[in-house]
Order: sequence, then C-alpha cells, then structure tokens
Amino acid sequence: MTDLVDIATRVAGWARPGEEVEAYVARGKSTEVKVFEGGVESLSVAESAGVGIRVIAGSRQGFAYAGSLDPDVVAETLAEARDNAGFATVDEHLGLASPDGVQPVELDLWRDELALFPTDQKIDAALELERLVRAGDPRIRQVESAYWGDSASQSAVATSTGIVGSSRRTTCYVSAYAIAGEGTETQTGAGYSVGRAPSDVSLAEAAADAVDRATRLLGARKPASGRVTVVLEPRITATLLAILAGTLDGEAVLKGRSLFASRVGEAVSVPGLILVDDPTDPEAYGAARIDAEGLACRRNVLIDGGVLQGFLYNTYAGRRAGRSSTGSAVRAGFKSGPGVGARAVAVQPGESSPAEIMATVGEGLLVQSVSGIHSGVNPVSGDFSVGAEGMLFRGGELAEPVREFTIASTIQRMLLDVVAIGNDLERLPSSAAGLTLAIADVSMSGV
Amino acid sequence: MIDEGVLQRVLGDALRTGGDFAEIFAEDRRNSLARLDDGRIEELMSGRERGAGIRVVVGETTGFAHTADLSEPGLRAAAEAAAAAARGGGAGVRTIDLTRVTAPAPKAVTVLPESVPKASKVELLRRADEVARSAGGAIRQVSAVYADGRRQILVANSDGVLASDDQVKTRFSISCVAVGDAGMQTGRESVGATVGWELFDRYDVEELARLAASRALRKLSARPAPSGAVPVVIKSGGGGVLFHEACGHGLEADLVGRDASVFRGRRGEQVASPLVTLVDDGTMGSEWGAIGIDDEGHRAGRNVLIQDGVLTDYMWDWMRARKEGRDSTGNGRRQSYQHLPMVRMTNTYLLAGTEDPEEIVRQTPHGVYVAQLGGGQVNTATGDFVFGMTEAYLIADGHISEPLRDANLIGSGPEVLRNIDVVGNDFNMGSPGTCGKDGQGVPVGDGQPTLRVRSLTVGGTAA
Repeated sequence: MTDLVDIATRVAGWARPGEEVEAYVARGKSTEVKVFEGGVESLSVAESAGVGIRVIAGSRQGFAYAGSLDPDVVAETLAEARDNAGFATVDEHLGLASPDGVQPVELDLWRDELALFPTDQKIDAALELERLVRAGDPRIRQVESAYWGDSASQSAVATSTGIVGSSRRTTCYVSAYAIAGEGTETQTGAGYSVGRAPSDVSLAEAAADAVDRATRLLGARKPASGRVTVVLEPRITATLLAILAGTLDGEAVLKGRSLFASRVGEAVSVPGLILVDDPTDPEAYGAARIDAEGLACRRNVLIDGGVLQGFLYNTYAGRRAGRSSTGSAVRAGFKSGPGVGARAVAVQPGESSPAEIMATVGEGLLVQSVSGIHSGVNPVSGDFSVGAEGMLFRGGELAEPVREFTIASTIQRMLLDVVAIGNDLERLPSSAAGLTLAIADVSMSGV
Repeated sequence: MIDEGVLQRVLGDALRTGGDFAEIFAEDRRNSLARLDDGRIEELMSGRERGAGIRVVVGETTGFAHTADLSEPGLRAAAEAAAAAARGGGAGVRTIDLTRVTAPAPKAVTVLPESVPKASKVELLRRADEVARSAGGAIRQVSAVYADGRRQILVANSDGVLASDDQVKTRFSISCVAVGDAGMQTGRESVGATVGWELFDRYDVEELARLAASRALRKLSARPAPSGAVPVVIKSGGGGVLFHEACGHGLEADLVGRDASVFRGRRGEQVASPLVTLVDDGTMGSEWGAIGIDDEGHRAGRNVLIQDGVLTDYMWDWMRARKEGRDSTGNGRRQSYQHLPMVRMTNTYLLAGTEDPEEIVRQTPHGVYVAQLGGGQVNTATGDFVFGMTEAYLIADGHISEPLRDANLIGSGPEVLRNIDVVGNDFNMGSPGTCGKDGQGVPVGDGQPTLRVRSLTVGGTAA
C-alpha cells in the first residue's frame, strides 16, 4: 500500500502556489465465480487501479480521473483537473480537508487469509451453495445463480494541505437466487452471507435464507387495498434507513433539498428512536478509519429521543454551514469527487423480539422484500411508494403470503408512525444495519 | 487500438491450453461532465479509461480477465489468466484468421463533443438555470448536467471476427425543486442521443428547463395518488419503461435459459393484446441505445420480439445463441472492458396503433393519466414489476384533471400486456435511460405511443 501513498503524496506535491491539490488513488483485486446447474459458468479475475484528482485554484474546483496509475497518465490527469477548474464558478467555501487533530480509530478490516485462499475452494463453495439451495426444499425448481465473490481493495488520499491517509479492506460474499414453484406458480428468494474473510461466510445460512424466502411466498396473492401496520424485516429497515440517511446530508440541506432542513431540535420521530451513523464500530459493514477526504471517521448521532440532532458534512458542506466536517465524505471509487454520505447508520435496538412485536401488533403485514426504491421514493418531497412482497399476519401469527402490491406513505410520516423497534440488530452489506421495525398506518395498494 | 498481428497472437495464446473460443474486447473511453447546482458551475469532470477484457470459453465455462495494459505482454498475461480461469484441458495450437465485420455507423457524428470548448458546455447550463429560475419564485433550486462520452471499441475473436465501433453519446438533464405550502416537489427533464454536440440543434435547453420547472410547479398542488387498481393511460414517449420492465427483461435469452422468465417456452404463443408489436432495435438512427456493433462484434439488429401479440423471438448474445445453434441478435453488451457481456436491450419500443390519443383520454371515464414515468424494476421469474410515475394526473369524466404526487405502479408483466386495450397513433421515443442488470449499467432507449392499460395498481395513499 505504501506505493499508493507515494503516488498520492507525489501528486499532492505538484500543487502550484495558490493551488490546492488532492489525489485519491485506489487499487482493487477481485474474483467472482458464478455457477449454474453444477458447473462453473464463469470465473472472472480482475485487478484494477485508478486515480481521481481534485484541484482548487482561485476558489474554483476541477476534477479528473483515469483508470491507470501510469506516471504519464497521472500527470495528464492532474493537467486535466487543473484545466477543468478554470471553468467552474468561484465559491469561497471550496477547500480541501486539512488535519483536524481527530485520530482515526484503528480497525481491523483486512484479512491476509483471503490472498491465501485457493480459487478451487472458491469454486467449491459456490457449487456447494447451489447444491444446498437445491436440496433445501423439493419445491426449489431452479437456482438461477449462485456466486462466490471476494475483493481486496486499498486506497490512499493525500492533499497539499497536509492530509495523508490510507485504508484497506477485504470482503467475501456468497449469494444465491432460488426459484421455487411448479407450472405457472413461481416465487423467488435471495440469500447471502458476507464477511471479511472466507471463514466468515456461511453457506448454510445463505442457502437457508434463499430457500425460505422463495418457498414461503408460494401461493401468494395480490391483497386487497387498505391501511395496515407493516412490520419490516431487518433487510427492509436497512433499505429505509439508507434512504433516510440520504435526507440528512448537510449539502442537500444547504441547497434546499432536504425535507429535514431547519428541523434540528424538533421531534421528527417517536421518543424511543435513536439513529446513529458510526463507521468506527468495527462490526459495521461500512466501518472505515478515514473518510474519502482523509479525515478520521467518527460517531455522529443524527436522531436522539426522536429529536433531530444534526446532519452529516464533508469539508465543503461544513465550511458552507459554518461548522466542521463530520468525517462523512464518501466517494464512488476514484471516478468521483467526495460527496456526503452515511457509512454505518443504525437504529439503537429496542427490547422486543420480532415475534413479540408481531404479537403486540396483532394484525398486519410482514414485509420481506421491496422493489422500485429508485422510482418510487422521492427524497425531496418525502413521497414513499414501493413494490412489496411478504406475509399477512393475524393474532400475531403468520397467515397467507401476498405479492404484487405497493406500500406507501411519506418518509416524514413513517418516522412518526414507528410503533415498535426490534432487539434483533442485523449487520448487512449496506451503509445501514437492520432490525425489525413496525410502522403503523401505511397504505397497501393491491386489488 | 491494437495491431492485428498482436490480436492474432494473443487469441492464439488464449487457446494454447485448449478451449473453444477466445475473445479480446478492447475499449478506450473518454467522458466529460459539467454540473451546475445551486446557481454555480460546481464541477467539471473528465475521465479516461482504456483496457481490454479477454474471455476464454471451454465447454460451458467462461474464464475472464482484464487489463489496463494494452501492450502485447499485458494482453498475453490477461489471456493466460483467462485461460487458466476457464481451466482448459487438451493443449493445441490454433491459428486465427481475422475478418473485419463491416457495420454502418449509427449515424455520423457532426460535431465531436471533445472539439467543443468547455466554456460552451458551461454556458448551456447557465442558460438552463436562468430560464428555470425565471419560471416562478416557487422554484428554489435547480441542478443541471451536461455530459458526453466517446467509447471506441475493438472486438476480435477466435471465430475470426474483427470489428470496431466509435460510439459518441451526449446528454443533458435538468432537475428543479419547487417549494409550496405542502412542502417541496421536484420536476425533471432529460434528453440524450448517440450524437455529438448537434444534440442541441435538436433540443433547446431553455425549453427543457421550462418543462422541468413547470413539472415541479404543477406538482405543488398535487394530491396523493390513488391506492388500488384503476385504468391507466400513458402518454406517448412518457412510458416506454413499461415495456422494458413488463417484458423486455423477460425476453432476454440468458434469463430465459435459466428458467428465470415467465416468457420461457412461450414462442409462438399469444402473450399480449393483439395491439402489441414490440421491437428492440440497435440500428435505430441516433437514438440513445443505438450501436453499430454490439460488444461481441456482431452487427446491431432490428428484432421483432412480439408481433400482434404473439411472442416471436427472444434477444440473444453470442453465448446463448451458440447453445441454441442460432445467430446472435446483436444484443451482447457490457458496461466496460472490465465486465463480461450478457443479453441486453438497445432501443425497445411499441409500434404505433391507430387511435387518436385525445380520444383515448375521452373514452376513459375515470383513471390515471401518466405523462412521465421514472425508472422501474422487474422480477423476471415472477413477472411482477414496478415503475414510478413522476408526472401524472387524475382522469375524471374523460378529462385530464388534478396533478398527482409521485408513486409507483405495480403489475404483472404478462397480465399488463394482455390488458393493453387501446394504442394511439402518436409514437415518440422517451428519455435516455441506463439499464442495470447484474450490477452492469448500459445506455438504453425506449418509446411508445399513447396507450391504455385496462387495469393497473397505483401505489398511492389516497383512499
């Protein structure tokens, strides 16, 4: 990794007087095995590297990237970023991060054992997963796909303002997509297991999840329209929290695009709700020692006792808001500059188990999957409408499966309509963790 | 990009340890983007990526590796990695004669975007911002993006195919936020085509800005969308994504082959209303999804998928076509040289019918009129799909009336296709889209005339 730090530092050192330069350098190695019907369908091995360079000169910013660490290409990329800056608007708040004295929490996100894990065993794992899904239930008609995937990624960031940072992580995952049913009746279910090392991954868990999710929807019908209390499975809660975190982006607030702007200090949810973004939690999937600008990641409380505490900021948004960065700069690899985002958001678990929540709620809908998040959730207006699948329940007991309907409300109302928070915190491969969450008075649109 | 002799030697290398097929896909891509937000030109970005992906097929197994190093040693190393991945047995030496595939370019690009000064691109955004903000004091925020991309690709394979393409695409989009008593609303408009800077001869950014602003402003008085099944009329050009989701993905031969499509085994059957003739067409002029060749070196095609309601054919890539002993339909596409190709749509559209579009609304006593759809998502195995409406109105007594807040619509693909009961005579293509499948995004177009679905579930909150 030292070579990445060297490259980043060298580029930052090329800053001209009156200019700030930031280089983000990344390299990744990944393997993906896809199996189908007992054979290897594809095996991809990939190594990629690239650099993203930001230049601020005369309070204008430019950015350029290249998918190569070749010295000539890196130099050209800097020149291109410099040229781009000349066409941007002057903005006095622009500026790169500089060391703020907060020490990164050292996290152990890298496992050497991944590099030693032979390809044959990755193939065997994917094949075994497919076998387990197929054997899991006679009603499983096909396994559309079963995967092994792993990646080892490293990155370094350096600026002419004194930032030098690096981080690295390994990830392993398996996933399977099961198809259940016969004739015209078909249901599907996805199962996965994720970890930092091969030994963290559980084939049995992933298989059981895929089988259970596909088979329990067999016989599902389109429900009648009406208002229901929904009980969201942890996966669905995580999806909702990731959307919610997006509305707490300090930059969106400054630009008048957050429905929570000017609501700090107000009750936006029920008193029992505490929402925190904590990338320093080593158990979180999105755990990170530094953010995308090289500042230490830190724990940020967003909602406490239902009251909105504040927003997330990167350096730019912080300067504009007259405060400091919350260490929440994120980027989508070397091809983009730093935006603002949560990495490890979670609701503090409550006291009740999922079964207890269903018993208390009595009658409602257990939601096991949602679709159309991008097309049906408007994070500016708060309108929320997504396709869903799940099980109706009565008297606290699961009843019939339902499909081909939507659930709808607004983000604002859903936060206020939370009626129960589960004790079943689940780490998911997402910027949010899940737990069971019950929300009242949601519109279910079916027949 | 790469010398023919090198291509031949690398393909030979890839098959040295055995194997049925080897392919080199090389790509040189440049992107540029300018973003205006909050009244400022916030960002100018440019990017360059080049490299090659090499696949080797042994029996049913594909090995794949990619490299950013286009030198002969770099390519040979990738070829060896791909061959090892495919675990080829039975060594042998093969010589490969390459024959160039000629394909008509989608349409000659008049003005290459890279030749246009950055200042002109920035100026375009400034004009759009100014016009959108002048639409009314309720417009509080505007963001606009100009982007262009040039993708030069080269494909050579052990079947002797040698083909190249130069794909230039340009797009523009604008989003507005309006603030009213009932909170904030958004309006968006986007255009894009497989052309250069001449995109702006065809579209006036000021007009697009007015459209986006008026969308946001109108929605300020929008009421919640209905909840439940109602007749839905979709405006010409506003909802091609319906077909993309309802059946497009389900007609991709890779999903069909995995038993993950409700349309499996249904060729020759009536799967839709007789009013439905659906085409996927990569050769379509300068549309957003147009290509000269696909990413496997096959010429783009115009493929009729559904004719008068009867399923005629699926879409095919090389791999799936080979299994079936037939030709590819030119639908093998990939996001970049770092990805394996798979079956993807290009421009997918419903042919026009005969009805007067205004008459369709008049003949609908009660329902929802959708003027613009956003994205969607489908589960091809069950056929259930959703798509979002971003501009919609109630239809009352055969007239378009109050605007509705955003919501998703949900339906079952086969059922919706059967429930299309009127098709208008007013065909239009829609906004440029990016279709995601297995984590890969590719540009796709869609289009349709005004049409009515007898019954579709609207996922709003109104009783």
